[in-house]
Amino acid sequence: MPRRVHVQTTINGEEIDFLCEPRQSLLEVLRDVLGLTGTKEGCNDGNCGACTVIFDGRIVTACLVLAVEAEGKQITTVEGIAVGRELHPIQQCFLEGAALQCGVCTPGFIVAAKSLLDQDNNPSEDKIRLWLANNLCRCTGYDKIVRSVQAAAERMQEAR
Amino acid sequence: MSEQSYEPNMVLSTKEFDVVGKRPLRHDGVDKVTGRAIYGADVSMAGLMHGAVLRSPHAHARIKSIDTSKAEAHPEVRAVVTSTDFVDPGDKTVDLGEGLTRLAYIRNNVLARDKVLYRGHAVAAVAAASLHDALEALELIEVEYDLLPPVLTAPDAMKEDAPLLHENLRMMEFGRPTDKVSNVSDHFRHEKGDIEQGFAEADLIVEREFDTSTVHQGYIEPHNTTALWNNDDRIHIWTSTQGPFTIRDTTAAILDKPVSQVRVTPTEIGGGFGGKIPVYIDPVAALLSKKSGHPVKIVMSRAEVLEGTGPTPGSHLKIKMGVKSDGTMMAAQAWLAYEAGAYPGAMVVPGGMCVFAAYDIPNVTIDGYDVVVNKPSTAAYRAPGATNAAFATESVVNEIAEKLGIDPLDLRLKNASKEGTRRADGPKFPRIGCVEVIEAMKNHPHYSAPLDGPNRGRGVAIGFWFNAGLPSACNIAVNPDGTITLVEGSPDIGGTRTSVAMQAAEVLGLPAEKVSPSVVDTDSVGFTAVTGGSRVTFSTGLAAIEAARDVRDQMIRRAARIWGVEEDGVDFEKGVFHLKNGTENRMTFSELAEQIATTGDPIVGRAGVNPPGVGGSFSGNIADVEVDPETGKVTILRFTAFQDAGKAIHPSYVEGQMQGGSVQGIGWALNEEYFMNAEGKMMNSSLLDYRMPTSLDLPMIDTVIIEVANPGHPFGARGVGEANIVPPPAALANAINNAVDVAMNRLPMNPVAVMEAIWGKNGATD
Amino acid sequence: MPIIFIPAAMKELTAGAAEIRVGGSTVREAVAELEAAHPGIRDWLFEGNRLKPSIAVAVDGVVSPIGLLQHVDENSEIHFVAAISGG
Ligand code: FES
Ligand code: FES
Repeated sequence: MPRRVHVQTTINGEEIDFLCEPRQSLLEVLRDVLGLTGTKEGCNDGNCGACTVIFDGRIVTACLVLAVEAEGKQITTVEGIAVGRELHPIQQCFLEGAALQCGVCTPGFIVAAKSLLDQDNNPSEDKIRLWLANNLCRCTGYDKIVRSVQAAAERMQEAR
Repeated sequence: MSEQSYEPNMVLSTKEFDVVGKRPLRHDGVDKVTGRAIYGADVSMAGLMHGAVLRSPHAHARIKSIDTSKAEAHPEVRAVVTSTDFVDPGDKTVDLGEGLTRLAYIRNNVLARDKVLYRGHAVAAVAAASLHDALEALELIEVEYDLLPPVLTAPDAMKEDAPLLHENLRMMEFGRPTDKVSNVSDHFRHEKGDIEQGFAEADLIVEREFDTSTVHQGYIEPHNTTALWNNDDRIHIWTSTQGPFTIRDTTAAILDKPVSQVRVTPTEIGGGFGGKIPVYIDPVAALLSKKSGHPVKIVMSRAEVLEGTGPTPGSHLKIKMGVKSDGTMMAAQAWLAYEAGAYPGAMVVPGGMCVFAAYDIPNVTIDGYDVVVNKPSTAAYRAPGATNAAFATESVVNEIAEKLGIDPLDLRLKNASKEGTRRADGPKFPRIGCVEVIEAMKNHPHYSAPLDGPNRGRGVAIGFWFNAGLPSACNIAVNPDGTITLVEGSPDIGGTRTSVAMQAAEVLGLPAEKVSPSVVDTDSVGFTAVTGGSRVTFSTGLAAIEAARDVRDQMIRRAARIWGVEEDGVDFEKGVFHLKNGTENRMTFSELAEQIATTGDPIVGRAGVNPPGVGGSFSGNIADVEVDPETGKVTILRFTAFQDAGKAIHPSYVEGQMQGGSVQGIGWALNEEYFMNAEGKMMNSSLLDYRMPTSLDLPMIDTVIIEVANPGHPFGARGVGEANIVPPPAALANAINNAVDVAMNRLPMNPVAVMEAIWGKNGATD
Repeated sequence: MPIIFIPAAMKELTAGAAEIRVGGSTVREAVAELEAAHPGIRDWLFEGNRLKPSIAVAVDGVVSPIGLLQHVDENSEIHFVAAISGG
């Protein structure tokens, strides 16, 4: 077995230590080492977006990041989007807007949408579609996803 | 991008309901938006080993030898298996709900025995401490192949001198075995009326040929399974599947074990669309578990999904239709050859049943051919077989409309199938909504909206799918606080826990939130057929209705006992029990529930159904496109989907099915294909190159739900999962034709195909 | 008496007849009568004592989940169609 590397990082606001093999991706470590299985794998080569996480403020596909790169970084996964028992408006709007069918793409969309709405609280439909273009959904045809992101943007503005 | 323009539903179903037709939040929703829901790949347990599968690099070859010794010597490897580890099934056949299949075909697809029949065909598997170790060990397995020439399309495979995939495959013809050894496993024919006479009476005959590419269901979650072969010889499997009972029965058959020794727990499932009905890795993981003494998990890579599972058939079709000059359809002939992939079963049978189903035509002949080729063994994909067929038929219908100068929807209305129309395969249609769907399209503002600008066009098409009934079971227990728990066996791929729970809630006069629905393992509920055939809301919903009625009747008896009256002295309405004699005595459902434990036995309702009253569903599209004449790129400007839902139990999820199915149809129409080289290697086995539609490729998908109540369901529901994928390719072909005046005869209509059509029309060939 | 519809491809077994009136109060009884009059029909439909899993019985346009046990009456139309489920 290859020697393991010790990595210190922050995930969903908590400082975390883990050991990993240098060849392991962040996705593998999140899921298999840390038990954060909310982040999904659909392709393992950066083309489906199911593994989207926020990595020092930017969205990345965790399957294309090596786990050792997490050293000293701030990472947010789908498990860190709700605040305590309170769903994030995006999560609430996805529920109300029926934006998920099978739900396997949902964590990636919610994380990507959160990073969008954190930077632009009133995105146009085109901007939403462009921002989410690396997230594949095979069930919904995207209509209800885009509408739910729009609804969440409105709700977040009202709350402000 | 179009404005939000949901049209008010055209409600022909006039019954009023308290729960049905509303939009409660789905019961599994919070788990799915927080990442807590456990899908198959998320399963973990102590001592878990990781499995990986070695797959054939060749499309057609004989296996001379497999040497696994080096892999077995790898320090982290715990087990290696090949097909010799399976019991030889001989000629045994099994009925796994998809018709009769030779067990040997299923087993040989799971792990190849003598021959590999497609690139990606599983050959051996290992279990090791980590996935990386398992993948390393795969490279140590030595397989010697004798290469054979591959055959990749139905027309090629049907040639007399074509290489044979199966030396012992004898063609069935017209339902009976023949002696002919061939790549054609089945040739069937439907005939109605006198086809010669029909064409003789026609004023206009249009005849065209079409090709459609192999496409994949494209679910985002790859296949996965975790198997534990326990020390007591019991096998437990956790997997994402549309059919836990199918997995159980097939795995038991392949491993030659009693069904009672196999238990399948369906995890949450990340899409299926028909592609997660077949068995691939479950028996392999079970064998690896047996050999290693550990639970073993296998998760497919995306390339394995594309090269080793699904897809749905490519096809070659010929359609000939004859009409009177007033548009009356007189005769129609279809010749359909579908590629089954490596083993028989190409979904050409349902293709043949659907090809002219929308029209009342007196003289019809349909010939269907099921053809094996060196591609992955095909699986169902949403209205399997119907989309290929409708692309051809609807394109011909649109050409007829254009040639006769008749509005294409008027032409369809004139010939539309109705209740009592005799189908080409014999039976008469029950109440269907074909006419209502076409009328809704005609009356929709989209159809009359101006469409200005060069290279823009509008297209229409309709589609049909029969839907399935099949068995479902359901149990309902009443809790002391008046809530109920509902147990079912249908994996929930798109909100069906809720659409099923709503139906029980309606019967018992409860809000949907008071029902707690669970999908449980195969030991914990009665036999339930696959989540497929658009059947869950219909069949499992009916099981829930029956189980709820059973609860209601027991509760009425209990109320009668408490009140000391005969049970016919008690009425139940909107969640309240009351005495019929006009006195004040009344109890709500929860007040009675509270007294159950002190007044008798627990109340458990149960039902098993296999309902006959399946309602088929018609669908239709209006699509506006703009074609770039320089690049051939097609942009969808506006898209409206119509579908008969009978009664939309949960309209949000009906719309979701319509939108999702439409977009899959759009991908099939414009982009998706298995791009194979001459050796049968798929050249685009990643999601970068097998390009499914993204949010950026699409406008909003507007939906119009039509409700022509299905008399076979208490609330009128029809299945809605499938018919929506059927019309998009034909509607888009029609729109492209309208935009740039080219006839599109093959799928996908990607930029290359569109440019070739434009150059062909202009007479240029560069 | 119920009518059994004979698919075109099977008509050689019935001397060209497309519709045959038979007795019987279930599909099984109706098929037995048909077999007595036109031997060979059973082989096409049956595997052992059961209907082939690829074949379904439709009575008056409705596919019957109970197949051969389905009750038929005076005016029933019996068809043998392909058994399909879907994706
Ligand atoms: S799994 Fe990372 S993008 Fe698909
Ligand atoms: S909801 Fe299934 S892939 Fe998006």
